[in-house]
Amino acid sequence: MEASSEKLSNITRLSKISIRTFVSQVPLLGWLLGALIAVALEHFVGTPFARALGLPKALSLFGFLIILKKPFLIPSAVAYVLLIYILPIGIVARSSASIMNKLAGKLLDFPMLFSVIIHLGLLYAVVHWWSDMSLYRNDVARFMLIAVMVTLSLNIINGYMGEFSCSHPGFLALGAYSASVFTVLLFVDDRIFGLAWLPKAIGPLFFPIALIIGGLVAAVGALAVAIPSFRTRGDYLAIISLAFMFIVKSLIENLEAVGGPRGLSSQPNWASLPVVFMCAVLAVWIINNFVRSTFGKALNAVRDNEMAADAMTVNTRRTKMTAFMFGAFWAGVAGGLYAHVVRYVNPGDFDIKKLAEVLAMVYFGGLNSVYGAIVGACGISLLGEALRPLALYKWVIIPLLLILVMIYRPTGLIAFKEFDVKKLIQPKKVSP
Amino acid sequence: MQLLQNLINALQLGSFYALIALGYSMVYSILMLFNFAHGDIFMVGAYIGFGVATGLIALSKMGALAMPNWLILMLTVIFSMFLTSFVGMFVERVGYRPLRDAPRASAAITGLMIGIILETGNLILLGAEQLSFPSLVQTATYNLGGIYITNQKIMIVALSIGLAFALHQFIRRTKWGMAMRAMAFDYVVVPLMGVPLNKIAAMTFALGSALAAAAGIFYGIAYPVLDPYMGVLFGWKAFVAAILGGRGSVVGATLAGFLLGFIEIFVPMIFPSTIRNFIAYSIVLLILVFRPHGFFGEPYSARLRL
Repeated sequence: MEASSEKLSNITRLSKISIRTFVSQVPLLGWLLGALIAVALEHFVGTPFARALGLPKALSLFGFLIILKKPFLIPSAVAYVLLIYILPIGIVARSSASIMNKLAGKLLDFPMLFSVIIHLGLLYAVVHWWSDMSLYRNDVARFMLIAVMVTLSLNIINGYMGEFSCSHPGFLALGAYSASVFTVLLFVDDRIFGLAWLPKAIGPLFFPIALIIGGLVAAVGALAVAIPSFRTRGDYLAIISLAFMFIVKSLIENLEAVGGPRGLSSQPNWASLPVVFMCAVLAVWIINNFVRSTFGKALNAVRDNEMAADAMTVNTRRTKMTAFMFGAFWAGVAGGLYAHVVRYVNPGDFDIKKLAEVLAMVYFGGLNSVYGAIVGACGISLLGEALRPLALYKWVIIPLLLILVMIYRPTGLIAFKEFDVKKLIQPKKVSP
Repeated sequence: MQLLQNLINALQLGSFYALIALGYSMVYSILMLFNFAHGDIFMVGAYIGFGVATGLIALSKMGALAMPNWLILMLTVIFSMFLTSFVGMFVERVGYRPLRDAPRASAAITGLMIGIILETGNLILLGAEQLSFPSLVQTATYNLGGIYITNQKIMIVALSIGLAFALHQFIRRTKWGMAMRAMAFDYVVVPLMGVPLNKIAAMTFALGSALAAAAGIFYGIAYPVLDPYMGVLFGWKAFVAAILGGRGSVVGATLAGFLLGFIEIFVPMIFPSTIRNFIAYSIVLLILVFRPHGFFGEPYSARLRL
């Protein structure tokens, strides 16, 4: 009896070790290739395979939705996920590990940008094929990428600088509205702004300008929070930022020129998946560089001890102002994208509920870390979608989960971890 | 005339804000944390008041215990305050005690999340339709030279000020109040002197929640509609009042609550009412820019824990 249990525990230990080595030997390139194969498999045989398993169609969100809606389909859903996603990814990643390790090593001989672009291209292909299956998936993917941007930008202020800023819905609203006004005014015939000034065909070229304008307006708005932050911080700054959020909402509600409380609609459909993907990649890249620069270190210094930072010649005022404006800029860009994905904005979208959602993403994923922001944004938005069939209970489960995360990991799941691109794409060492 | 009439309305609205702000402020003074679930505790208090009041009225109607309306009101207030204080203690136990050594923002998040759970739980239990609070006070209107005052408003304002005063006296005069003040002075060292931190914190939450419950019942009497999200806006506004008054200052929170009521009532007299929130929050922003530590708060210093 004892011997057998010892044997069993040996087996579990061995299997744990083998899983760990199995996972640790596969470079990112291998995982991406596996995911690509899995997604391609789903693209070509997903629907007939799902039918064969007795499912109505290919699972729209890794089976979460169908499991909650029709519990008796759980075995087929699990089989589907196992056979379409997990097994192909595992097999391809494992079998190609040595080749991919060599390839990733070869790629590093070129400038790093080359390797990064290849990785991003593979990632985009995966996301594109996955979201090509249905409009729903496309929306989920775009909202997730926008959430990543918003979470990252709030992480600059709340995580890296350690303030408790509640103004992010205000920045989002400023960005969403200014970008929408720009595009709708110039390129769309609508009832608020009248005829378009320019032909719609050249519009997409101007879309980046619209986003940048959205970002800049949000950044200027951030001055209203940044300047009071010179004299105060902590709770008072939280209130100032909260007041700012309410002021922006109230201002837009009273601005009849942009539709007032009825909102602004008929934005052109330019925020397609590639555009959103590119913006998100750009945001991750630039924000990651920002927080790893001396500016980022200055932010951390201000967070840990403002006086000491000041004594060490950190210009605290300039640091705070830059952080607020930079964070607000990306929030504004994300807001502009959001407006063009939903193609309708109204001031009610940017209220306390949005604030709670964004804060949840930041603190769930982890403070002071780009990984954390990505994990938090993807985790909370996927969870929100996956639990949709539960209707109201969703708003009990997600908060409970967040409370548990806060109790056991008070700074979030992956806090204080540097996002090192080189480490991410380099080949994994094969242990002898 | 219009001015005086609005003054009464402002006093009534301000008394809700003041009662809720007191809860925020007390918790802050002890734990240096804001209880972001407090607005929703106000909502729960109103619902508990609704339950108790309907129960008592039903009892009274059945003839088991014939009670006059004023007695029902008193019992409702007392029972609901008692019951809601347990909600407050529960929130402290679940959301704040495990996080006492964690960064403050994490506790703010748990508070927010508990608030969402309370709202949704209410929605699941009672459904989305609005409930109307049973009328307990026979409305009587007095005409004082053109100003119409209802007895409800007088009662609400008087009871609110009375409760705030009682709290002030409790903190100033009793041993428990002294313990609270000591804890507010330093919650790291004072527990070493034998003051039980957990008990005091739980009591603070209980007191704050009891006041919020009173505010909830008064709100139910004044505007007899209850809905699960009523705590959100009220809670945040009272939070603003608590900050405006100065962190941890009972007098400051009360006064700032009334000030917020005045701003909200008097701004629409001059400006269109749709920009009420805009003006109110702009005033708050300006006050905080020029007086960053509120009316009665201590200036920000490096000593403050982050």
